[in-house]
Amino acid sequence: MAGLAASFGSGAMTNSINEIGKAACIFAIGTNTTANHPIIGRQIDRALRNGTKLIVADPRQIPLCRKAHIWLRLQPGTDVALLKGMMRVILDEKLFDTSFVKERCEDFEAFETSIMEYDLATAAEISGVTAKEIAEAARMYASTSPATILYTMGITQHSHGTDNVRSVANLALVTGNIGKPSTGVNPLRGQNNVQGACDMGALPNVYPGYQKVDDKEVREKFEKAWGCDLNPSPGVTLTEIFEAAHAGKVKALYLMGENPMVTDPDSKFIEKAISRLELFVVQDLFLTDTARLADVVLPAASFAEKDGTFTNTERRVQRVRQAIEPVENARPDWMIICDVARNMDAKGFDFDSPDQIMEEIRSLTPSYGGIKYERLKKSGLQWPCPFPIHPGTPYLYSDRFNTPSGRAQLAPVEYRPSAETASNEYPFILTTRRSIFHYHSVLSRKVPGLNALRGEEHVEINPADAASLEIKDGEVVIVASKRGSVKAKIKITGVVTPGVVSMTFHYGETRTNILTSTALDPIAKIPEFKVCAVKIERKESAYISKDYLRWGTGGK
Amino acid sequence: MTKHVPLTINGVEVRAPEGTTILTAAQDAGIYIPTLCHCPDVSSQGVCRLCLVKIEKRRRLEPSCRTLVEEGMVVVTDDAEIEQLRQVILELILSDHDFNCLLCPKSGNCRLQELVTHIDYNERRFNRFEHVAKELPIDTSNPFFNFNPNKCIHCTICVRTCNEISGTHAIDMAHRGYDLKVSTFANKPLKESVCVSCGECVERCPVGALTPKKVEHPTREVKTTCTHCGVGCGLYLGIRGGAIIRARGDRENPVNQGNLCVRGRYGHEFVDCHERLSFPLVRAYDEYAQASSIVDEVTEKGKPVTAPLVKREGKFVEITWDQAIKYVASTLSHYKGDQFSAISSAKCTNEENYLFQKFVRVVMGTNNIDHCARL
Ligand code: SF4
Ligand code: SF4
Ligand code: SF4
Ligand code: FES
Repeated sequence: MAGLAASFGSGAMTNSINEIGKAACIFAIGTNTTANHPIIGRQIDRALRNGTKLIVADPRQIPLCRKAHIWLRLQPGTDVALLKGMMRVILDEKLFDTSFVKERCEDFEAFETSIMEYDLATAAEISGVTAKEIAEAARMYASTSPATILYTMGITQHSHGTDNVRSVANLALVTGNIGKPSTGVNPLRGQNNVQGACDMGALPNVYPGYQKVDDKEVREKFEKAWGCDLNPSPGVTLTEIFEAAHAGKVKALYLMGENPMVTDPDSKFIEKAISRLELFVVQDLFLTDTARLADVVLPAASFAEKDGTFTNTERRVQRVRQAIEPVENARPDWMIICDVARNMDAKGFDFDSPDQIMEEIRSLTPSYGGIKYERLKKSGLQWPCPFPIHPGTPYLYSDRFNTPSGRAQLAPVEYRPSAETASNEYPFILTTRRSIFHYHSVLSRKVPGLNALRGEEHVEINPADAASLEIKDGEVVIVASKRGSVKAKIKITGVVTPGVVSMTFHYGETRTNILTSTALDPIAKIPEFKVCAVKIERKESAYISKDYLRWGTGGK
Repeated sequence: MTKHVPLTINGVEVRAPEGTTILTAAQDAGIYIPTLCHCPDVSSQGVCRLCLVKIEKRRRLEPSCRTLVEEGMVVVTDDAEIEQLRQVILELILSDHDFNCLLCPKSGNCRLQELVTHIDYNERRFNRFEHVAKELPIDTSNPFFNFNPNKCIHCTICVRTCNEISGTHAIDMAHRGYDLKVSTFANKPLKESVCVSCGECVERCPVGALTPKKVEHPTREVKTTCTHCGVGCGLYLGIRGGAIIRARGDRENPVNQGNLCVRGRYGHEFVDCHERLSFPLVRAYDEYAQASSIVDEVTEKGKPVTAPLVKREGKFVEITWDQAIKYVASTLSHYKGDQFSAISSAKCTNEENYLFQKFVRVVMGTNNIDHCARL
């Protein structure tokens, strides 16, 4: 979310879910909303029934495409080029919001220059979308107000994800589609409490509430509250943690409720890194593929067995309530942490209930200042909610942005090709997706019914590619990248374009992330899941037909 | 402000906002009109004709669920003629209904049963009908719910729900007359259709045609938040005997307003999956070593002896919580500073994420903490 923070000052969904239904134009880029966020998908349906215009940008023919007024079928990884093309049209045709740009944005000139050096034809050529479609989409988005933008992994999971996000933010800013109801830039967060984990400072560079660890004043505030000296240098990020473990710099790792062996890119490397640790503690509901490598495994309680709060994608802090007693001997994670800390003679871990923990959070996190359990009884509160009678904030930036100047930052953005492109040896672009029936890799896989609906991995491939490879629907093939190979069943479908194949990553049996690339976005450090080069081999023979080599390499 | 129009229902003067149906106006005034195909969450279609009412100066009876209020309307919802008509309609529905109520999961909660008690039927007339059990096959292909066409009363609520609420368009009415049937495209089993198993139709079917596979009724409900994705739908978990048996959407919640997707509605079984961990586990470096002795050894001597290869061949042994906490605490104390890292979880609560980062920063003295937000 670094891109959004740079443009506006903070990196969360700017508007609320129930505002989507009232937007006049929805631009969904890189989000298979119907499958990943079905309830938001229904908001889009509601909007469409009221005559809302829908623009979809996605390389795959996702279900939303059927409902869209314009579908921009771009080549994977070319979002910046497409968005710059749209903004070129908006500037050329003077469709931008002059007063908004003048009053609330900074650096318009630099931005304008960067857009002008690029013409529509170039954007069309790179993205594979026709100039006419780009122009139509630009006009529709810029002239139908209020317009809202939705995006997810399709935008962030690239080595240039931050650039993608900044381009999206630029688009909303020049058209004045922010700071008002039913507008905004709305990253739909994946897991249930990703937003909360960020808000709570489970990040290497910030304390709760995005307060920087290298800011002296902030640090002193936390040193005083926690009664100890704090380390002033920011820590390492998720992917760097495994690199450091591999290099022997990190010797002990404590992992709570994650399964990086299945969900992280290049999982062979992760396994090797973990094997070099001296101490590896895992806290989870199940003996996951990752937990199997641990020295100690602590059984944790599920969401139904504990109290607490989750913060959803629209910044709404909501209650989680204990419904049943912990299964077997499991204990809530918060109790385990307190016990371990107290056993290490630490002070400040004597909590009897999550309610008390929230009181401490509240006192140290300005945006959560007014979040008290007794206020969350009926429904949640959207942060910023700075004091106990504040009603919460459905949409951000109504009068100022969170930047030092209060104005938003328009940024020049360059298009850079993905770190890995198709080659003769690896002629296909693999993009990962999710299925409606699973989210990540653990919880939903333990629900027999959900497995019955979609119990194994499928590689989606275009009929033309399947024909030239001479593979049949349902055939098991080997998908290989520079990093490794996995086996999976083929599903022939027009959902993907020639040259592109698509897989999910829910299955421990087929660890798609063995294939994916660890090329990182330099700022947000998000691995490039959405684009990596692979080849497909039939099981019996490593058979490569000359004919299909041209697909995906850009040749016609 | 919407205009309110005056009208008379059963001799009572009422005022209703413009654009409401007679049915809603009557219900708001506390007047009962029997309905079968009406569902407040979706549009009205007027297929069952049970809600017919008399309107002065109109020749035909009109379905109240589809007729809008007009100024000065005089409506009668109940008299001998309407009553008889309703009885005949009900008798026709019953004539091809598989009413085996004792074995029906919907019994006690069924609109058809409710209507029979309200409207009654004429037994003599009813017995003159030819009772033809359809004996159509039951579709049990979906892992979460069944569709029994023999109990279907063709109210089309499920079809409207699938179109208007789920937005999936998986089912429609097929064939005509006696063969009329709710069907997927090409009459495939539900599992093979485009149905996304959201269960919204099951939630709204008024009879025992669409029923969840888990039939017990919860004894209590707990209001909470879904754990499966970032939308954060509000839901009620239905509990019976210490186990979660059902989930339903929380209509008070502004995010989902009662809606749920397949994961929210049916994805809670992982909670008591038999694979849940039951005890803290620790790796035994020596196959014959006793669990407790490992722990004691470590706590006394400090750093565990480790070589990656040995570690991977070790087996897990179960230990108590006390031992586990001591073991973790005493070993961790040797790794303070930047040689330690932690990975927190987007599945855990805010409070837990807060505590974990506090632990890492305060006790371990490092900022090496991250989670999967980037993914
Ligand atoms: S479960 Fe959902 S998708 Fe399937 S038929 Fe019912 S409403 Fe439609
Ligand atoms: S299945 Fe249920 S909701 Fe659907 S038409 Fe039949 S009775 Fe009505
Ligand atoms: S019910 Fe579905 S859409 Fe709602 S939070 Fe759960 S998984 Fe997400
Ligand atoms: S309820 Fe009005 S026609 Fe069925």
